[in-house]
Amino acid sequence: MQAATKVTERTATAASGSGVTILAFAGDIASTSKDAIMEAYHGLGPSADKVLLDFSGVDYINSSGIAIIIQMLLEASKSGQRSVGIFGLTPHFNKVFTMVGVAKYATMSADEAAALAGL
Amino acid sequence: MKNGSCVEVRLPSELGFEKVALSTAASMASLMGFSNDRVEDLKTAVAEACINAIEHGNQLDDSLSVGVMLSTTDDGLEVRVMDDGLGVGEAPAAPDMDRKMMGEEDPRGMGMFLIQALVDEAEWHKGPPGRSFVRLVIRLDKENK
Repeated sequence: MQAATKVTERTATAASGSGVTILAFAGDIASTSKDAIMEAYHGLGPSADKVLLDFSGVDYINSSGIAIIIQMLLEASKSGQRSVGIFGLTPHFNKVFTMVGVAKYATMSADEAAALAGL
Repeated sequence: MKNGSCVEVRLPSELGFEKVALSTAASMASLMGFSNDRVEDLKTAVAEACINAIEHGNQLDDSLSVGVMLSTTDDGLEVRVMDDGLGVGEAPAAPDMDRKMMGEEDPRGMGMFLIQALVDEAEWHKGPPGRSFVRLVIRLDKENK
């Protein structure tokens, strides 16, 4: 019953001139999203040291989906070589992510331009 | 909408069906005049309550259903989510993101916290099978506060 999660990878250039990998999500972010999200993340090359997660195409997020994002942040933190930022959340989910503490470990921006400007 | 208007939805114990309940709750709250922000809060709280009922209360047993009762009151909207589990009676602890990031706390387990944080009242009631429920209330007088 969950809408499938689609993950698309693209690249962009940060304001600093460095390359940025963007994982753009579409559909639902829920427990059933784990394989799609973590396989995309694990498929990133070692040069992808700056990663942005684009939620602008996401319709529905629940706590199980947020837990998958936390798992990704945990892996990025353990690697010590990769920063992860977030943009494109609705104001409501921006509030929810902040409530549970995600904002402490991932820079949260309103949109892609703001996210790239901060890198 | 009249005080005491009531809508009941029964959901299969399958993840994803919580979206049927959140859509129903959103429609009722919008009809009552709640702001979009409050409707979004309610949607997440109802979704999390239903997910807990499906996953933990009914343990994904497809022979069981989750009952969702939505009732208007003088000053708000009450939602009861009922399942066949034993229920929980303790207030949820806030998630500790630092412990999650250290791998010392399960990344999951945020649903009850979100419910409590997003609505004006949240109560968990233990009971025999079919009588355990969580009760959520959002109040019109809390609008814009």
